[in-house]
Amino acid sequence: MSKRVVSPRTIELELATPGIDAQGHATRVPLTADRAPAEPGLDEEHMLVNIGPQHPATHGVLRLVVELDGETVVRCIPHLGYLHSGFEKLGEYRHYNQIIPLTDRTDYLSPMSNNIGFALAAEKLMGIQITPRCTVLRVIACEMSRIISHMVWLGTTSIDLGAFTPFLWAFQQREKIYDLQEMWTGARLTTSLTRVGGLLADIPDGFVEKLRDFTKTFPKTLAEIDRVLTRNAVWAGRTQGVGTLTADEATNYSLSGPMLRASGVAYDVRKDKPYLGYETYDFDVVVGEHGDVYDRYLVRLEECHQSNRILEQALDRLPDGPINVDDPRVILPSKTRAMTDMEAMIFHFKQVMEGVKAPVGEAYVGIENPKGELGNYLVSDGTAKPVRWRIRPPSFINLAALPKMAEGHLLSDLIAINASVDIVMGEVDR
Amino acid sequence: MIPGALREAVARDGEPIVYVARERLLETMKWLKETPGQDFDYLVDVTAVEFRDKERPLEVVYFLRSLERKADLRVKVELNPSEELAVDSVWGLWHGADWLEREVFDMFGITFRGHPDLRRILMWETYAEGYPLRKNFPLRGRFSRAEQVRQALNANPEAHYSMEELSIAEASDDLPDDMRERLKRGERGVIPEPPHE
Repeated sequence: MSKRVVSPRTIELELATPGIDAQGHATRVPLTADRAPAEPGLDEEHMLVNIGPQHPATHGVLRLVVELDGETVVRCIPHLGYLHSGFEKLGEYRHYNQIIPLTDRTDYLSPMSNNIGFALAAEKLMGIQITPRCTVLRVIACEMSRIISHMVWLGTTSIDLGAFTPFLWAFQQREKIYDLQEMWTGARLTTSLTRVGGLLADIPDGFVEKLRDFTKTFPKTLAEIDRVLTRNAVWAGRTQGVGTLTADEATNYSLSGPMLRASGVAYDVRKDKPYLGYETYDFDVVVGEHGDVYDRYLVRLEECHQSNRILEQALDRLPDGPINVDDPRVILPSKTRAMTDMEAMIFHFKQVMEGVKAPVGEAYVGIENPKGELGNYLVSDGTAKPVRWRIRPPSFINLAALPKMAEGHLLSDLIAINASVDIVMGEVDR
Repeated sequence: MIPGALREAVARDGEPIVYVARERLLETMKWLKETPGQDFDYLVDVTAVEFRDKERPLEVVYFLRSLERKADLRVKVELNPSEELAVDSVWGLWHGADWLEREVFDMFGITFRGHPDLRRILMWETYAEGYPLRKNFPLRGRFSRAEQVRQALNANPEAHYSMEELSIAEASDDLPDDMRERLKRGERGVIPEPPHE
């Protein structure tokens, strides 16, 4: 397996910033050194600080209750559920195709790959083989999602740590992908791209050329971001050695995606349990060494390069052919056929009124979402609505390690650590 | 042969499923994690399933993975709804089970014995409508929207903190007098009464 380790630790500082030691760490001035004790017994007292739920640095409606000893985090207790919408419960009352719009709204920073994750699980449950063109188009959608999600992560995290410029560059690139999503599905965010057994629509004219342009210009932005952040003294000082997790800890905490790989565990669902023919693409699994915020940054940045490589390969091999399976029980007939052909109309009626029935059984499909392994677990009792639809939410599980990572760090580091988890509350709370 | 296994099955996606007796769950999980050749070092997910058929038992489902061998295994424990809904917590083996088990507790009311901090996670701690993912829970909830709003508006500030968190603040005597009074009396926010059915 091709594996790429990213984690340079000899940082050549481009700026001789005061307050940075030789290793690139910010020298911390103990604030209490010359302070006369204001009140007796204040030292033993711990303070309770509430951050959120409405706070820009918590990336949504996450609420953290932090116990502080001076400025050091003793304990961090996350409170969730402010965005809980009961998607899993709603899914039990919906046909399989009607669930797809719900998946848009879970991880709303990468809606297309959520759609695909659900569709793959439903197809596995029903035993449907999708067409070659659909497979490649889905790979394109997955990698586009990875790029926009990582760009949002990069932009918002750099803002949290005081760098504004990369945010603008990252969001500019994200906008280009959003234009492509809009071309394809008509929506920027609520894409609902997939249908069980196929796609909502084929790509429009000009899409391939526009995406190819993007793959050519995107590495330039990545290089620029790399130039302003990777060897930046402030960035390195605020992220290196912060929120460290060893490989064993990361595995034990069930972390996935960039969080797991930054700790040095080379597990990528695309390589280890391939779906959508990922085993036929040439790309590296990006792993870090130290498992800190800095390595998570490097891993995500390099993953954007790898996604770009996959996009290029997918565009080269994009076959012609139908996007939907040829099965009238699963795929709706075209409007024209439904209005002119008796048989097509019956199938149309049955699908809309009864939905697609799945055989009795269960299926779990995990896909490598930008934030980690997104699992969709479907249990069917033979009706058109699932008995249970479980989303394995990667950022929920990654966030569970936050109290462990934040312990003993400064309050300002808590913000960096929380940002490095890459949460999206729509998915954490579902 | 896996110790404690009652029967085995294969899911529609080709993954093996093992049904385990509730009493022997922890022993089996420890064996699966630590035996060479099994090495299930990664807990993918914990969830529960309740079927529409009321006769069928609830299932607690554990998704295990061996990162080394790239193998998956689904372990299930069946719980009869007429009996106590409780299993042993696997938190001691995989810390990732912490929030996953809390979510199952929150959504299904299944207790995980030995879990260090078994509280509701997605719903608030004083949530009194029951367990949302159970089949007897109506889609729109048990209380009317007006009742939900009334309770939310009447909640005291301390209802938003766990007792553990309040104990931190209490030590510093920073809490307002009325809040401390209520805590001393053992009240914790407004614990709502469910409306008569």
